[in-house]
Amino acid sequence: MSENSKDKAPSRRQFLSGAAAVGVGAIGAGAARAAGPDPLITQVQEWAQATGEGVDATPYGLPIQFEKDVVRRNVEWLTADTISSINFTPIHALDGTITPQGCAFERHHSGAIELSKPDYRLMINGLVDTPLVFTYEDLERFPRENRVYFCECAANTGMEWAGAQLNGAQFTHGMIHNMEYSGVPLRTLLEEVGVKPEGKWVYVEGADASSNGRSIPLEKAMDDVLVAFKANGEALRKEHGYPVRLVVPGWEGNMWVKWLRRVEVTAMAIESREETSKYTDTLEDGTSRKWTWVMDAKSVVTSPSPQAPITHGPGPLVITGLAWSGRGSITGVDVSVDGGKNWIPARLAAPGTDKALTRFYLDHNWDGSEMLLQARAKDSTGYVQPSKAQLRDVRGENSIYHNNCIQTWWIKETGEAENVEVS
Amino acid sequence: MSKYRKLLAASVLGACVAVPAYADKFGLGRPALPEEIAAWDLDVAPDGTGLPEGSGDVFTGEEVFAEYCAICHGDFAEGVDNWPKLAGGEGTLADKDPLKTVGSYWPYLSTVWDYVNRSMPFGNAQSLEPDEVYAIVAYILYSNDIVDDEFTLSHENFLDVEMPNAEGFIVDDRNTAEAHFWTSEPCMVDCKESVEITMRAAVLDVTPEEVEAEDAGQNPAAEQASTAVEAGTEETTALDPEMIEHGKNVFKKCKSCHQVGEGAKHRTGPALNGIVGADAGAIEGFKYSKAMKAAAEKGLVWTDEEMAAFLARPKAYMKGTRMSFAGLKKQDDIDAVIVYLKSFGS
Ligand code: HEC
Ligand code: HEC
Repeated sequence: MSENSKDKAPSRRQFLSGAAAVGVGAIGAGAARAAGPDPLITQVQEWAQATGEGVDATPYGLPIQFEKDVVRRNVEWLTADTISSINFTPIHALDGTITPQGCAFERHHSGAIELSKPDYRLMINGLVDTPLVFTYEDLERFPRENRVYFCECAANTGMEWAGAQLNGAQFTHGMIHNMEYSGVPLRTLLEEVGVKPEGKWVYVEGADASSNGRSIPLEKAMDDVLVAFKANGEALRKEHGYPVRLVVPGWEGNMWVKWLRRVEVTAMAIESREETSKYTDTLEDGTSRKWTWVMDAKSVVTSPSPQAPITHGPGPLVITGLAWSGRGSITGVDVSVDGGKNWIPARLAAPGTDKALTRFYLDHNWDGSEMLLQARAKDSTGYVQPSKAQLRDVRGENSIYHNNCIQTWWIKETGEAENVEVS
Repeated sequence: MSKYRKLLAASVLGACVAVPAYADKFGLGRPALPEEIAAWDLDVAPDGTGLPEGSGDVFTGEEVFAEYCAICHGDFAEGVDNWPKLAGGEGTLADKDPLKTVGSYWPYLSTVWDYVNRSMPFGNAQSLEPDEVYAIVAYILYSNDIVDDEFTLSHENFLDVEMPNAEGFIVDDRNTAEAHFWTSEPCMVDCKESVEITMRAAVLDVTPEEVEAEDAGQNPAAEQASTAVEAGTEETTALDPEMIEHGKNVFKKCKSCHQVGEGAKHRTGPALNGIVGADAGAIEGFKYSKAMKAAAEKGLVWTDEEMAAFLARPKAYMKGTRMSFAGLKKQDDIDAVIVYLKSFGS
């Protein structure tokens, strides 16, 4: 819940006291010498003596209390209420590539509803041979696939168009998650109903009160779109569309309709509110791009970053972050510590895969001086993530959506970090 | 048919998918009935496909809008607080801060009809009759100076209405307009001469933590007032006007669902006249959740304490309540809104 997690926002004060606590070990590079025997080692600790919790203490486990800061957070001033609103994945505190469902960002237009499997129906109608209704059980009987994809809200980084605004990777880049989905290709269901030759689009719609709907070209629908019911091995969470959501790989998150209730085959785009009033990108001259579905290649350093400052002083430092592309896979990420003057190829934790997050590392020896930290992604189509200036040259500052510019963190000598823009 | 194939056909087909049987039908699902399609297939396309018959005029629209929409969108569709503005902004799209509304931005009238019909009013979607939707849409057009006050919108003249920004959109052209981003081999060394910091987020200071600190400091008078309430002095003395004022401000967060005062009606939530000190779940003509009814049966009374606990975390206080509201974080907001509610009887 965002309102009480607010209090736990990492504060400057916490940062400073955290830094003080490790102060002794932090001075100077190289192995630090202990001031005296460490009581955590020399004394028998409580946990080494008494027993811990039994197996059934938490039938469904949550992260240990010490990790309670690693939660979704929202930015209150962005929206009028939390029912039609967004919050952010704590990417600054995660590693690897899979986002746990419990802290994966949420975006609702009429709140997260509770729709049970027995009450679930999926209708496919429109320009089809036989309009059909499927139950949840029906869906489970179609051949299934497992695929890992990122889901990024088109508005991710949208607050940064006009300048550096929010101080933290969670807030600037946290409208993203990456999960392993199990589901049925939409193609299979469309073949089951039989698409008529006039059918060129599908209009997909959710069951919640916003009845969020989007038009998707038939070609994409027949390609890699999934009707998913599991994520990371377990049922979808209610906030992510339990029991069934659409997965539209590489394309903006708004199209990943949750609580999917209907797929209509149509001859033209419906031009719903979410593809006209919203999710269209206004250029400098006042004209707007529409149907900007694909998410451009992008990357961000998740640590160090404003919410994940360096607390250990000079010496070995793991610089890490995430990269992704809606057009294909990540082929490389370069990192700059001097604001983009020079670039060093980062190490990909694993080769990039199609439309999924890639983790990168730069194993750096920090000399304790200031850094202007940046990451730059390259994808399998040869696209190179642009700078903010390059992006503004084409798009101006009013696009709201699709801001995939290179992000800069100013790392100070203290290890603190701030969101900045550089020339 | 071999024994193996029979087995496959008889078992759940999906259980053996080494070779997915695309193009074959599975025979799953059942035909959708015409009534079912009619109930769900409501979307309206730019060419008017999907519009039901009906009509509504600006005058009627103004009344319906005032009743169901103005609380959030303003009497003239100009928007209240952070709720969306539906009118104004013409000619601002190339400005630094464009105002995008139905009038200044939306390319198709079908979208307005469709969205109002299926998604509004917020919290009570799909409750409007087609004629009401026609009337509201006519009123929104009028608020945007697109039609005059005599105008009646119907399925017959629907396509005649010209939306000011109809020509304002182009299809995604990133592949050509941004072809230079496909550089493949970007610069690696000495890519620029100097680097200066040109803007800092800390200067703007809008990251959540700071925002919180700011408004806490904003209203010292209200904070002092709340101390007085905690001391329990408000029961005997008259209600503190400053508290009432503060509470009125806080009540903006409730207004989307609750009305209070003369002529208050039930909305998403019940009208709240005289609620402080009253029995819970007892306001006539409102359909409460099971949870609220159960609490009422157990004799819950909205004393200051109970209400404060409820307003702090509604869903935690009463599991299953239909009040979809995150809760008020600050004690002085809670105290003030209770005092404000008391000003409408207790
Ligand atoms: C409780 C507050 C509330 C009420 C009452 C309400 N709305 Fe809304 N309206 C909203 C919110 C919130 C949104 C934005 C929803 C979203 O983004 O998902 C919205 C969006 C809209 C939009 C789209 C705005 C845009 O620029 O995209 C229109 C049009 C609209 N409402 C019309 C109406 C009409 C007509 C009524 C009355 C029948 C109504 N609303 C009642 C809160 C309200
Ligand atoms: C999103 C809509 C919504 C918002 C916002 C909201 N409420 Fe409610 N409220 C409801 C609903 C619905 C109920 C009925 C709950 C039930 O039946 O479980 C309710 C019930 C109540 C009750 C109990 C009424 C009774 O008859 O027992 C009180 C008191 C109340 N709300 C006060 C407030 C205050 C004060 C605020 C603002 C700080 C607020 N509500 C914000 C929807 C809302």
